[in-house]
Amino acid sequence: MTTDAVALPASLRVGTAAGVIHRIGPVAVIVAALIVVWYAAAVWLNAPQVIDRLNSEQKPWSAGELIDATWSMERPVLPAPHQIAQNFYETVFQTPIESKRSLVYHAGVTVSATLLGFVFGTALGILLAVGIVHSPVLDRSLLPWIIASQTVPILAIAPMVVVVLGSIGFVGLFPKAIISMYLCFFPVTIGMVKGLRSPDPLQLDLMRTYSASPAQVLWKLRWPAAIDFLFASLKVAIATSLVGAIVGELPTGAQAGLGARLLSGSYYGQTIQIWSALIMASIIGVALVAAVGLVEHLVARQMGRPA
Amino acid sequence: MKLRIAALLLMIAGLLAPAGASGWLGAPVALACALAAVLCAGAGLGRWGTGLERVLTIFAVLVGAVAPLILLAGPFGAAAPGIWLFLSGWALLLWNGLSLLSRLPRRGAGALAAPAAFGMALLYLWQVLVVGFAVPQVLLPAPTQVGHILATRLDILWPDFQQTFLKAVLSGYAIGCAAGFLVAVIADRVPFVKRGLLPLSGLVSALPIVGIAPILVMWFGFDWQSKAAVVVVVTFFPMLVNALAGLAAADAMQRDLMHSYAASYVQTLMKLRLPAALPFVFNALKINSTLALIAAIVAEFFGSPILGLGFRISAEVARLNVDVVWAVIAIAALAGSMFYGVIAVVERACTFWHPSYRA
Repeated sequence: MTTDAVALPASLRVGTAAGVIHRIGPVAVIVAALIVVWYAAAVWLNAPQVIDRLNSEQKPWSAGELIDATWSMERPVLPAPHQIAQNFYETVFQTPIESKRSLVYHAGVTVSATLLGFVFGTALGILLAVGIVHSPVLDRSLLPWIIASQTVPILAIAPMVVVVLGSIGFVGLFPKAIISMYLCFFPVTIGMVKGLRSPDPLQLDLMRTYSASPAQVLWKLRWPAAIDFLFASLKVAIATSLVGAIVGELPTGAQAGLGARLLSGSYYGQTIQIWSALIMASIIGVALVAAVGLVEHLVARQMGRPA
Repeated sequence: MKLRIAALLLMIAGLLAPAGASGWLGAPVALACALAAVLCAGAGLGRWGTGLERVLTIFAVLVGAVAPLILLAGPFGAAAPGIWLFLSGWALLLWNGLSLLSRLPRRGAGALAAPAAFGMALLYLWQVLVVGFAVPQVLLPAPTQVGHILATRLDILWPDFQQTFLKAVLSGYAIGCAAGFLVAVIADRVPFVKRGLLPLSGLVSALPIVGIAPILVMWFGFDWQSKAAVVVVVTFFPMLVNALAGLAAADAMQRDLMHSYAASYVQTLMKLRLPAALPFVFNALKINSTLALIAAIVAEFFGSPILGLGFRISAEVARLNVDVVWAVIAIAALAGSMFYGVIAVVERACTFWHPSYRA
């Protein structure tokens, strides 16, 4: 899901016109091709149901009617892009935000859990990395288990975590944030261990000749050196945090959030609702990663580096 | 040294404090173990050289671990301050032992000693804390309970494992990785496709792909095929991105050399660029190994026949059989780690030339 951090600000930077066409052209062509394939697939996948219906009406029908019908079903197997766009527009812009039918309301619930988990996970990840860099014992004995911890399918047990935490009185955002945290801390720890160790031996030796304490070395040398690694990890972390929050909403107890929308859509066969929740999740994912990229840009400028 | 003395003081304080209904005197075996641990830890203070010190410390930690277990096993109810004091001293001693182990050379068994000891200690502390604080089983079962389920209910869990791992994960993983790799080779050959796909796959990496699970379950039915389809989608993009990066990894000098041999595209690909791409491909294979398992299990929440690891989790959570859930988690974690381990071993055999293995 998240192998490669997305550097949105860099790719959105305005260049020369030719550069823009060179960059946007292929993407536009591929996206257009995808949309065409999508419409074709909608016809192909929805046709059997539509043909059944048309045949039962005992009237002759043309290919045009068939195609038209496959693109405007109420519960299609694969909704056509314009149906999703329409539903998305209705639930986002034409519904009051407080309403339970508003996608913005559900997105807000998910985003708050995502951000809370992201903050917890980042703090935990940085703490662990500082510990690992400073203690050989933690380095040798804890680091392998941190890697192994990610083979525990936490997403798979997320519903259980939510149920169990709910049974001892933790409800609402907190259980979801815990799941996000578990997913988040890993890339931060791994990236920061690398980052905090990235200063060159000569620089570390220089700090020694100044008889700097470990805390001074950390603040004045290791931490600034690790900033690049930190932001690269944060971009991965915030995307996984979103996934964690969505999966945390899957248990039936959750009434609000994009995950709850996915699940109720899947129960009632509301495919259009599922797709528009997915589109919303994608937009949020890209926006969150872009936001981290923006902060990175600001921090780099603050530190006096060309960004 | 200071750590060792603090550990000794805490353990002795624990021996003097009340420890449950029977007290230390009521459980002679526990008392003997605790005393032996204190003696060995104390003896370790002498200047014997690291070899003997290591043996004494490890022995003290092992023997010391037995005492709280015995005290907690009886019908004594929740633990008393004596046990917790003793245990905190024991934890300091453990830290001491771990730092001795982590000075072992990073080769062969020495590299595994510290993490293995740490893992066992975690399991042990989990057990003691759960029993000592009488944590309700619904919240967190003790490792022994989970082990009991694993030993006795394997006849139910094995078909689940077969359904999820052997059918859905392995087939989906093979198809997804192969497809990602092939598309990467094509995209590498046709720059237009590459320029179109790379930004899109960057975008996809920010998306919650598990979200497509309900849709694919609707399309492919409840059986393992739909889970395999989710796995295919989830594993495709990491492989595509990594393989593309890998195909660009051979450096210009090497390509020039192939060019001067008048090597064809296929020859350059097979003899230079694919081997150079292998470390990246294996990176994707490793990332995918854990992603695939998670994706398959999550997909089962959206509908499955009455078997499968994900089905078992959701069914047993509903019945509050948390120990069974933890057994399933243990199986999944073990399978995931072994899958990862097998790929790591194959990687070592295939990319033995890479600098990270030659050090």
